[in-house]
Amino acid sequence: MITRIDQKFLALQAEGRAALMTYIVAGDPNYDIALEIMKILPKFGADIIELGIPFSDPIADGPIIQKASLRALQSGQTLKKTLDMVRIFRRLDNSTPVVLMGYYNPIYIYGVERFLQDAQCAGMDGLLILDIPLEMDHELCRPASKAAVNFIRLVTPQTDNKRLPHVLKGASGFIYYVSMNGITGQTLSSEDSDLAELERYVRHIKKKTLLPVVVGFGIKNVFQVEKISKMADGLVLGTRIVRAIASTLDLQGNIVGDPVRVVGDLVFRFRSSITCIKNDVENKG
Amino acid sequence: MIQSFDINSYPDLPDLPDEGGMFGIFGGQFVPEMLMPLILRLQEAYAEADKNPQFKTELEELSTHYAGRPSKLYYAERLSAYLGGAKIYLKREDLNHTGSHKINNCLGQILLAQRMGKTRIIAETGAGQHGVATATVSALFGFPCVIYMGKTDVERQKQNVFRMHLLGATVESVAMRHGTLKDAMNEALRDWVKNIESTYYIIGTAAGPHPYPKMVRDFQSVIGKEVRSQILEREGRLPDMIIAAVGGGSNAIGIFYPFLKEKNIDLVGVEAGGRGLMTDEHCASLTVGTPGVLHGNRTYFLQNADGQILDGKSVSAGLDYPGVGPEHSWLKDTGRVIYVPVCDHEALEAFQILTRIEGIIPALEASHAVAEALKRAEKMSKDQMIIVNLSGRGDKDIETVGKLLGMNI
Repeated sequence: MITRIDQKFLALQAEGRAALMTYIVAGDPNYDIALEIMKILPKFGADIIELGIPFSDPIADGPIIQKASLRALQSGQTLKKTLDMVRIFRRLDNSTPVVLMGYYNPIYIYGVERFLQDAQCAGMDGLLILDIPLEMDHELCRPASKAAVNFIRLVTPQTDNKRLPHVLKGASGFIYYVSMNGITGQTLSSEDSDLAELERYVRHIKKKTLLPVVVGFGIKNVFQVEKISKMADGLVLGTRIVRAIASTLDLQGNIVGDPVRVVGDLVFRFRSSITCIKNDVENKG
Repeated sequence: MIQSFDINSYPDLPDLPDEGGMFGIFGGQFVPEMLMPLILRLQEAYAEADKNPQFKTELEELSTHYAGRPSKLYYAERLSAYLGGAKIYLKREDLNHTGSHKINNCLGQILLAQRMGKTRIIAETGAGQHGVATATVSALFGFPCVIYMGKTDVERQKQNVFRMHLLGATVESVAMRHGTLKDAMNEALRDWVKNIESTYYIIGTAAGPHPYPKMVRDFQSVIGKEVRSQILEREGRLPDMIIAAVGGGSNAIGIFYPFLKEKNIDLVGVEAGGRGLMTDEHCASLTVGTPGVLHGNRTYFLQNADGQILDGKSVSAGLDYPGVGPEHSWLKDTGRVIYVPVCDHEALEAFQILTRIEGIIPALEASHAVAEALKRAEKMSKDQMIIVNLSGRGDKDIETVGKLLGMNI
């Protein structure tokens, strides 16, 4: 079955361009504004939306996303409301894939079967649940695959050659390559040698799978976007966007700027630095 | 999902965890892919070490000559007479080097870290007992060491913070959220992800991703094994009841484990009832929590209907964790161990009673177990025996207790 994610990557392949994936935390700084931001993301150039499920204890996230999660929870965000956001968004946009990203416990408490059913009805396309490695596949990966939901897998610099085939085996949608040994919010090195190393990893993974490979974690500037868009099938902007939202809030969390516009400008700027490399690929291939 | 066991079937309790690290539905390996390859290497390294006679000899040497094992099993005659019921024995883990049972686990894990070629140690701590024990073994082995401790705990356990500094450790105060043990563990995990090549994470309790719950239990089981031979030598028979405090549950699983299959022994785990279960200020995850997934394992947690983990609260920083080791969750559901809450004021009273009657100042964590023993001993006959795991000494709590009693020290 071809999912919305598959369709998007097929379209981008035809266009010869890498995907821009944008991450926001559902409910940050509150439900209404997060929904507004979500709605405008495709207009400003986001190809795929990653919607973070806020969690009290996000162990793979740095302080910026931790604080965003807390803001969302304090504003009353729940998993049910996050699914509501997806549903409302989907009525307006039937082509931009939505990937829910987060930690397992809220889904476990909601009930895996019920969650998959409700999320699919709402129009969710993929799941990226950080604390479920392949060793725990039976918890969520297999039920999701059965329900034709793409279960996105992480590959990291720690995933060795012995493990890589097992990680790739149950994956669908795309592969999320974590650019470094680290958590969200750190900065990826822009040194030539480090970017070359990153490219080697991405190529290595691409040799082993037909799935698109997307690079995430640590991408902070247009220079990196330009470079990475040439080596991978997509890249993720996460903390950079969440930080932009936070910059429109005062210390008490009151909105003093225009978060929707700030995010729109930022996404547009980053999208503009992704170049079309269709001709390059054709010449090589 | 909940299995129940007939009292006569305890000898048939399966040996857990299984290969996937599960205790029934509890346990497992719920960690990000960034950590998983290392967790698997750790699992292999521990399985190898566990069978390696040289590893065992090294650990025994350190336990005997450095930590001071075996710890004494002391008959609290005055306390028993005062209560007029069962005989109370105290397993004196408070007399170990560093003042608690935590050293047992730290010695085992630092030997493993060394075998794995790691060069940097991290740990989380609540009361600071595990932090001090980790800083101690890091000093002994010459490893740099970073201890994560919630901001609230740094403030209420100043002496232990200073101790860690003296031992050469860096103490990172974690300000996010309420600044207690859960937040410290989050931050330690983040550090580990960032420094995965060099770093070994010494988890302080029998929780976290497999193999930690099993490994910590195995290292702490020395407590129960000693109790068995000590009480047989002293009384010629096994006790009727064993009581231990449960935060994450390492001292409790350590004393319970060798007795799980003894059907005539009641095992009682004592949780922090804080200001009472009707309030939000307690840590009784087994009594009022529900199964959830955090910090690498499925186990009972205090959480809301949306699966957000709540902050526990207790007078004792060491019990201030909204979860519990997965084996305890399984032992609760099977009915093998009874878990009960004891409130702050009861623990405080037990602290004073033991201090005045036996001249032993217990840690506030251990005071919870003592409080339960005080309640139960009275109702038992004089020919019955209770063993209480006195898991730590109370010197670190003097300031907290002083404040609670309205004294300025």
